[in-house]
Order: sequence, then C-alpha cells, then structure tokens
Amino acid sequence: MTTTQESMAAAAHGTHRLTTAKAIAEGIALEMRGDPSVVYLGEDVGAYGGIFGATGGLLDEFGPTRIIDTPISETAFIGLGIGAAVEGMRPIVEVMFTDFMGVCLDQIYNHMAKIHYESGGNVSVPMVITMAAGGGYSDAEQHSQCLWGTLAHLPGMKVVAPSNPYDAKGLMISAIRDEGPVVFVFHKGVMGLAWMARNDRAVSDVPDEAYTVPIGKAAVAREGTDVTVVTISRSVHHALDVAEKLDGEASVEVLDLRSLVPLDRTAILASVAKTGRLVVVDEDYHSFGMSGEVVATVVDVDPKLLHAPAIRVANPDTPVPYARTLEQTILPMPERIEAAVRRVLAG
Amino acid sequence: MTTTTPTVPQGTTSLEPGVRRGLYRTMVLIRTYEEAIRREYYADKGPGFDIGKGLVPGEMHLSAGQEPVAAGLCAHLTADDAVTATHRPHHLAIAHGVDMNAMTAEIFGRETGLGRGRGGHMHLFDPATHFSCSGIIAEGYPAALGQAFAFQRKGSDRIAVAVTGEGAANQGAFHESLNLAALWHLPVVFVVEDNDWGISVPRSASTSVPSNADRAAAYGIPGILVEDNAVEGVWSAAKDAIGRARSGGGPSLIEVHTLRLWGHFEGDAQGYRTDLAGVEGRDPLPAYRATLEADGVLVPGAADTIAREASERVESAIAAAKAAPLPDPAHATDYVFA
Repeated sequence: MTTTQESMAAAAHGTHRLTTAKAIAEGIALEMRGDPSVVYLGEDVGAYGGIFGATGGLLDEFGPTRIIDTPISETAFIGLGIGAAVEGMRPIVEVMFTDFMGVCLDQIYNHMAKIHYESGGNVSVPMVITMAAGGGYSDAEQHSQCLWGTLAHLPGMKVVAPSNPYDAKGLMISAIRDEGPVVFVFHKGVMGLAWMARNDRAVSDVPDEAYTVPIGKAAVAREGTDVTVVTISRSVHHALDVAEKLDGEASVEVLDLRSLVPLDRTAILASVAKTGRLVVVDEDYHSFGMSGEVVATVVDVDPKLLHAPAIRVANPDTPVPYARTLEQTILPMPERIEAAVRRVLAG
Repeated sequence: MTTTTPTVPQGTTSLEPGVRRGLYRTMVLIRTYEEAIRREYYADKGPGFDIGKGLVPGEMHLSAGQEPVAAGLCAHLTADDAVTATHRPHHLAIAHGVDMNAMTAEIFGRETGLGRGRGGHMHLFDPATHFSCSGIIAEGYPAALGQAFAFQRKGSDRIAVAVTGEGAANQGAFHESLNLAALWHLPVVFVVEDNDWGISVPRSASTSVPSNADRAAAYGIPGILVEDNAVEGVWSAAKDAIGRARSGGGPSLIEVHTLRLWGHFEGDAQGYRTDLAGVEGRDPLPAYRATLEADGVLVPGAADTIAREASERVESAIAAAKAAPLPDPAHATDYVFA
C-alpha cells in the first residue's frame, strides 16, 4: 500500500494538519500516554522542545521525570537507555545530530546493537535513538551529515528515515513498540521548521489516532513506468519535484524507502522490473552506502532487469562544505537528479 | 560543600595600566566584531528567519559576554602557542591574533578565508597562530594534548591552551584529556568557560559539582575558579597556569564563571532562560570601562578612541570579505585528501 492509500484509508477516522516535527512528537505522546515505561532522554529535549522540534510540548504534558534533559554526556545517557531497556523500559534517546554519534558510537554499535545476538536472543533492547540529519543550510562539515548508511552497515539495529508527517508518526510508534533497537533519523529539511526554508512537503494531514507504519516497507511516493528513482527522506521531496517537472515528458516512479534496515528489496525489484531503469538518490556519502546497496539489490537478483546502467546521485565522498556554492554542488539537488533521470532514460 | 579550589574574585589584582588598557582594547575589539557579525547575519535572513539564507548562512554562535576569558588568557600567549576553541570561537581567535581578514572571509564563505570557505565559523584553522576549533564539544581537548606533546618533544617552552564550555566538561574526552595530560605532565592549560547554559540546560541540571575547577583534584592538578567574569582575575590565573606549564610544571585547569550575553545561536529565542532579565546588567564591558575610568586608566575620550579603532578594523575586514571571491563549485571536492 502506498503512503497515499494509507492516508486515504485513515482519513475516514479524522485527520489534522501537522508538520513532520509535530507528527513525531504526537506519535511519542500517544505511546507515552499508553505505556508508562516510555521516557525520552536527551539534550535540550525538555523546555527547548528538541533543537529540531521532535519533543515540542511533551514536557508540559509528561513532566521532567519522563521528558528528561541530560548533561552533554552521550556515552552515559545512551548507555543508560540500553540498561533501562534491558530492564523492561522503552526509552527514546536523542543524539542531537547524527554527526555527534562519534562521541558515543561504542554504546550504539557494540552494545545496543549486539546485546540481543550476544545473549542468544535472551536479552532484548527495546529502545529508540533519534538523530537529526542532513544539510542544505550551510551548517558545514560537523552538523550536516546523514550517516544513515554508516548506521545501516552495522548489524543489529533497524534504521528508519521518514520523509513526511504521516510516515514519521507511524514509524515512530512502530519504533517504540519494536522489541529491538531502532535508530530513527529525521532530516532537518523534512521537519517543517519555521526557521528553515519553507517546504510544503513537510506538512500534511495525519490521522488523529495512533497507527503504525511498518518498519522495512518502502512506499511508492509516485507511480511511474519509465524510470525508478529510489531514495529516502529529504531527497524524496527533490525526486518528487523532478518527477512533477518531467510529467508528460517521462513517467518517473519515486520509491521512498522509509527504512534502510530492513531494506525493502522486494519493492525495489518490483519497481525496477516494471521500469527497467534505476536512479538512486542519497544525500549520504556515495561509496559503501545506501546507493550501492540498492544497485546491488537489483544486480544480485537479475542484472538484465536494467535496460541502462543505474545512476547514483549522492554526496561525492566529500565532507559537507560551508560555502553555499560548494554545499549545493555536493548535495543531490533537483538539478543533479533531473540530469541523472534524463541520462538513464537516454541510455 | 567544602572545596579546596582557590578562587580569584574581581578586584584583587593591581595590574599595570598598560596591561589593563590592553585587556579592555581586546574586549572591545571582540564585542565590536560580534556585533558586526550579528548585524550582517540578520541582514538578509528574511522574510521571517531562514537560517540557510544570506551572506553568512548556517548556525552562528557569538561570544558576546565572554570577552574577559579570551582577553585575560591570550594576553600571555604568543603566536607560537596553540589554542583550541569550540563552536563559539571568535573571541579566542581574535584575542590570539588570528588574522581578522582571513577569519572574516571564512565566515562569509569566501575563497580567501582561513579554510577557503570550506569550514565556516565553527571550523577555523590558522597554522600561523596554531589556532583551531571544533563544532563537537570537548573534542578540542585531545588535540591540544598532542600539540603540547609536540612542543614538549621539541624542547620548547611553548604551550597549548584548550578551551571548552561547562557543558563539555561532562564529556568523556574532557576527563580522558585531563588524566592523560596530568599523567604525562604535558604543557597544557585547560580552560572551562562556564556561561551557565548548555544551550537550554542550566549548569545546575548538568554538573554534579559547584565548579569544574573542583574536578582538577581528581587528576592531581591545580584547579582555579575565576568568579564574576573578571578579566583581571582571568589574567592572573592564566599567568600562573601558563607560567607553570611553560616551566615544566604540567597542566592546570581554570574555570571562569562567564556570561552568554546572547542566545546559544542567533535565532535562539531563549524562552527557557530564567536569568534573561538580569543579563544586560552583567555585561562585563561597561563595568570594566567604568572601573578603568574611575581608576584613571582610561582618560576621557580614550574609550571612544578604542571603540572607533575597533570599528574601523572590523568594518574593513567585513568589507574585504564581501568583496572577496566565492569558492568555485568546480573545486567542491578538492582538499579531501592531502
């Protein structure tokens, strides 16, 4: 079922308009009301409401014993989340920027992600880590990375990165309910923040009630027959912009992966089998990441599905620069996506 | 709570008039710079406020209120000494003598900038003065150890100064660095700028001890607390600590109780900030000016001259930055490898 179909199905029960940030906060609030073991920990998540708004209003409803501002001690409070999860709580722990995971990666990949396996399945770690990702506003090398490919490379944790309010709320609820660790990455550009460039795709109608979006299921964000653009998060918006621009000239299918782990290989193969042409758009680094994995997914099964070589549009393995002229060059902006689509159609 | 941490309150020093004027001049230059960058930052963010717009896009962390730390500390340093700073680095860069034109060009994302426009204001690297900074808090501390290690191996009396905020003092990198520097007697001076706020989190909600200077005891090194954002207190504490490091006495930790006069970043509404009403009254600049004028160190008209000279220097740097070329997109992937 596509996102659009899901939205229509839900519309019967009443909806309201939300930004992605508010949809995330609403998903968290709904789960916290029903499950006292859910707490949210992190830097500036209380009175500030999260630097990117993921916890806006939650302190007022749940108080400081459940919406908890921490010292800037990520190793300690992520580890605390692990321990609390092991003992039956369902903590959500925020690392303000994906870029900051470096200071606490050991807790994430050597502990949170491995305990279930190391214990032979006897110990579960039902926790969520939230992280803000992405560039496009000149925040430079240490505050603009995606890094979801890095997380996805490391076994033992699910990784999701929604592109819109509906998916964000549903994926957050799924993440909280999951029996294992889930990294929930929100791109700053999809959050609908008042202090960033206006993005109409960051606001939409969202069902009032709690609902889930399955982790590991992609969504066809736009149906098409000539070429498949596989992408995730903020780049979905750019891909949709390009698809709309080319409407009448080329029929572009946009597949929003929504999750990187598990990767919905079935959806990728189904779309490419239909269109025969593949462009992968990823704001993360080009090499050893999502874009290569998507191409390999097709090639591993049947290279003949591709009528032209696949094209990857990603960060050219370069730290995200400050100066706008440089940053806009290395980001997978619509111009680069459109050029890739035209090239793969001509191939 | 008992503590053995010595403190250096305001007014216990009697410095030479020339030194005091120098401290004031540095503080004024920093404030003039930050006010000008703030003006330029907001000049073209509208309509409304779009953080990604304008000649100076992205996050902007300004150091107004923290001038006493930079002025008092860097007065004892030469360009051969190293300074590592944080995401809020301008005051330290200016006080340490980083070329203002190149720094400003970097903030404006120009090819003539310190990092050819690649790094921006949180990533200023100046080999000429051994200055660097990082947007990841506390992560400048370990590199300062290495600079001190290199200086020590060369047999020089050069030192490294590592500055971070009180929020960063709860990072592992902070504590690991203190231990290693103490263990190896490295010529480092650690400085914590306690401006009371880690973005929105007050020190009382982040820190288990009254002062980070108390934490020095855990590593067997001297810890000094400078209260009241006192520039002359910083000067005195830094003189002792830097002298100790230069003469082989090993590292020290200085915490300065300073002031974040503005938001964490520009655009921060600071709705969380319970101390906001009293902030302007704690501004160290008018207070120090009044002290120096009362003491006859600044004669009538002197402060105006200092202000005018600072303004001319800052505006010249900004004009030069605006006139400088933007980086060529064709070179966006240069410099990834040496």
